[in-house]
Amino acid sequence: MGAYAPRRRLLRSAIATAHAWAKPGLKGLGKGSRAICSHDEDVITMAVAAARVCLGGGDNRSPDRLLLASTSLPFADRQNATVVGEALNLAEDLQTADISGSQRAATSALLLGLQHGGAECMVVGAEKCLTRAGSVEEFTVGDAAAALTTGEDQQLARFIGSHSISRDMVDHYRTAQSDYNYALEERWIRDCGLMEIIPETVAALLTKLHMLPEQIDRLLIAGVDGRPAAQIAARCSIDKMALHEGLKAPIGHAGSADALLLLVDALQAAEPDQHILLVGFGQGCDALLFQTTDIVHRARESHGVAAAIAAGVDDTNYLRYLSFAGLVDIDWGMRAERDNRTSQAAFYRGRRAITGFVGGLCRDCGVAQFPKTALCVNPNCGKQDTQDDEMFANKAGQVKSFTEDWLALSLNPPLMYGSVRFDRQSTLMMEFTDFDPGELSIGSKLQMVFRIKDFDPLRGYHRYFWKAAPAAE
Amino acid sequence: MASGIKDKVAIIGMGCSRFGERWDCGAEHLMLEAFDECLADAGIEKAQIEAAWLGLCYQEQSLGKSSISLSQSLRLPNVPVTRVENLCATGTEALRGAAYAVASGACDIALAMGVEKLKDTGFGGLPARTMGTFEDLWFPGVSAPGSFAQLASAYAHKHNIPMDQLREAMAHVSWKSHENGALNPKAHLKNRITKEKVLNAPMISYPLGLFDCCGVSDGAACAIVTTPEMAKKIGRAANLVSIKALQLAVSNGAEMFYDEWDGSHAMTAELASKRAYSEAGITDPKRQLDMVEVHDCFSITELVTMEDLGLSAPGQACQDITAGVYDRDGALPCNVDGGLKCFGHPLGATGLRMVYEIYQQLHGRTGERQLDDPTLGLTHNLGGFPNRNVCSISIVGLYE
Repeated sequence: MGAYAPRRRLLRSAIATAHAWAKPGLKGLGKGSRAICSHDEDVITMAVAAARVCLGGGDNRSPDRLLLASTSLPFADRQNATVVGEALNLAEDLQTADISGSQRAATSALLLGLQHGGAECMVVGAEKCLTRAGSVEEFTVGDAAAALTTGEDQQLARFIGSHSISRDMVDHYRTAQSDYNYALEERWIRDCGLMEIIPETVAALLTKLHMLPEQIDRLLIAGVDGRPAAQIAARCSIDKMALHEGLKAPIGHAGSADALLLLVDALQAAEPDQHILLVGFGQGCDALLFQTTDIVHRARESHGVAAAIAAGVDDTNYLRYLSFAGLVDIDWGMRAERDNRTSQAAFYRGRRAITGFVGGLCRDCGVAQFPKTALCVNPNCGKQDTQDDEMFANKAGQVKSFTEDWLALSLNPPLMYGSVRFDRQSTLMMEFTDFDPGELSIGSKLQMVFRIKDFDPLRGYHRYFWKAAPAAE
Repeated sequence: MASGIKDKVAIIGMGCSRFGERWDCGAEHLMLEAFDECLADAGIEKAQIEAAWLGLCYQEQSLGKSSISLSQSLRLPNVPVTRVENLCATGTEALRGAAYAVASGACDIALAMGVEKLKDTGFGGLPARTMGTFEDLWFPGVSAPGSFAQLASAYAHKHNIPMDQLREAMAHVSWKSHENGALNPKAHLKNRITKEKVLNAPMISYPLGLFDCCGVSDGAACAIVTTPEMAKKIGRAANLVSIKALQLAVSNGAEMFYDEWDGSHAMTAELASKRAYSEAGITDPKRQLDMVEVHDCFSITELVTMEDLGLSAPGQACQDITAGVYDRDGALPCNVDGGLKCFGHPLGATGLRMVYEIYQQLHGRTGERQLDDPTLGLTHNLGGFPNRNVCSISIVGLYE
């Protein structure tokens, strides 16, 4: 399991201040912070980040299935889960699917994984929440991702059972043509939706499993917190102490991914033999019950929600956030006008290098190199066809040279790049990300992250590649 | 090693247009402006030119592909014309083509022309090109200043020099270029500046500020070359200038992908200059050279180049520069015409412009900036980026 939240945390007070001229009433929402994607992050990059933690934290198992749950997938017709799988360098004999269309996307994906017999399934949830400037939702949501693997080996928690209700209550919606959610009346949703449908689903599940509400040690209600959550717990006859307080304050509700974030967080805090009830709401309800095993403490070894929260840095630049989110049209000058067409044929040939960051390792001289080519780059070797695959994604790097470039095009100036030194005498010119101006220095330690490399606004396309980010502390 | 072309090729005429923002004319006219001066200087007829080489880098923004533009602009008599391109070494490549043709005996008289018309593109700096290759899928969207700026971070780290101190030496480089450019009627920038202005300028690519960067210009420069024997035959024996060496070194990916190079200098410049010294029979460049014209696309480039050319000891360029060694009145004047920084940088013309300055200095024709009796000079171009480039070196001097 693993979790990821983008580094920048936009303080809600900054959002409220920006809107004070028109909507002074929003001031009351200005508490806590919202995790926001940087200019080069989206659902795919966050999913890769969370999934890498999930794979690395265990014993490098290779799942049989990969499900990506989100309502903000960057591609409507190009399977996003496949991109994630290739970025993770998973074997190609992999079943992949995007699960979308509802705030229950992640619980639905999780159920699909759990109901898949003995095969291992990685379930990844990620959400990049696009909200209209000045909306209440702008204050409540946040961008984040989480990943879990289901299967029969090394279980941290056993799946006990689930119950689902499908009911078309339009608490909010977003049509295929619109950018933003349209939210309906809050009290109606609370009274006739949350307070009715969730308790009904939970009661049905407990009845089905011959269990009592008192047996629930932890209640996780995705996307709901505060008083409504407490009221739901009470309506379910579950002790409010069992209720997870939610992630709204530190990072915001991450849409459909909220369910997986809560589950990861709960498992990391759990003791053996506890019952964890996970609830996803949206046009009905999914309720899933788990019982932790004797090895649940192993969950604490992963980079989870608490670690993701702790890795954040406060940000008060609301205008920059608007630009990152594409909500303001900044003039980036002539360099942004260049034609940025992707040669898909070149990408297809080189996609293991580009998406998987796979280079070469010369069998003859032991020098690693990216990209992998027919002739070894070592001037003292130069042998032909001597290279095996070499994974660069998990390599640690060091800054060898750098610059902060205010001339080159970047949607988060300055464009920072330089030579990165890897092991086995390899080096590569790379873009740096997640550094602020003045933070780079020779020798700075780096980790590789999968990010958006370039945009092609003319064709509505964007490309991914790996960048060098500050090494995790 | 081959015996080389030392003294096998003489330069009998050179021309150079005024550099700058030439809104008044197109590339065709710039070439003609340089050519008229060159032809008059050579004292020959156009019909005597047997072959020509055209150096043009950004053809897609100006004259288009092929060599036809040169042949058409000068109305050459249907002689063989070849277009060459090798980034910022393009001008020197044109000279190399013409010189090799003469040295080989393929023709007696050849023309080398370099030209660039960049200001019409509307870009400050080099224009952004269309993307679409495999490399575009992973290579950062770098700019030229950003690529060269990295020299500074690596150089400062390697030699343990505080960035402030390095930036002061870099500021001296730019200050010197403006001092020299002010004495050059053909220069793009003729204004003097203070070192403080350099240091306090807006940042372009850390640590390069605005005045650490050369701009781009419109301009053309050309040379007519022949054999020394032919030069004498046509009455050009006095003060004859000949080519002593023409060398090129091109990166093979080692700097970019193999972690041996430390990023603080240009490996190719070391290689190309060693080859050129050998070809020219130079054993002590610091003493034997009277002037150098180096590729100061950025102040830091000039600084590290002084070491790559073996003129300053490793780690000593800062001291030498600030001590005035490379000033116009110093021990080894560098970029006395203002360099790329002030004479200007029309890519395809730049290499030939450097040779033009040495040629004019050897003939004593440079007015206020004339040096005392120079006999030997070196030009250096660095095309591309420090971690992947084309480096050209030419050495020209009085024919012995």
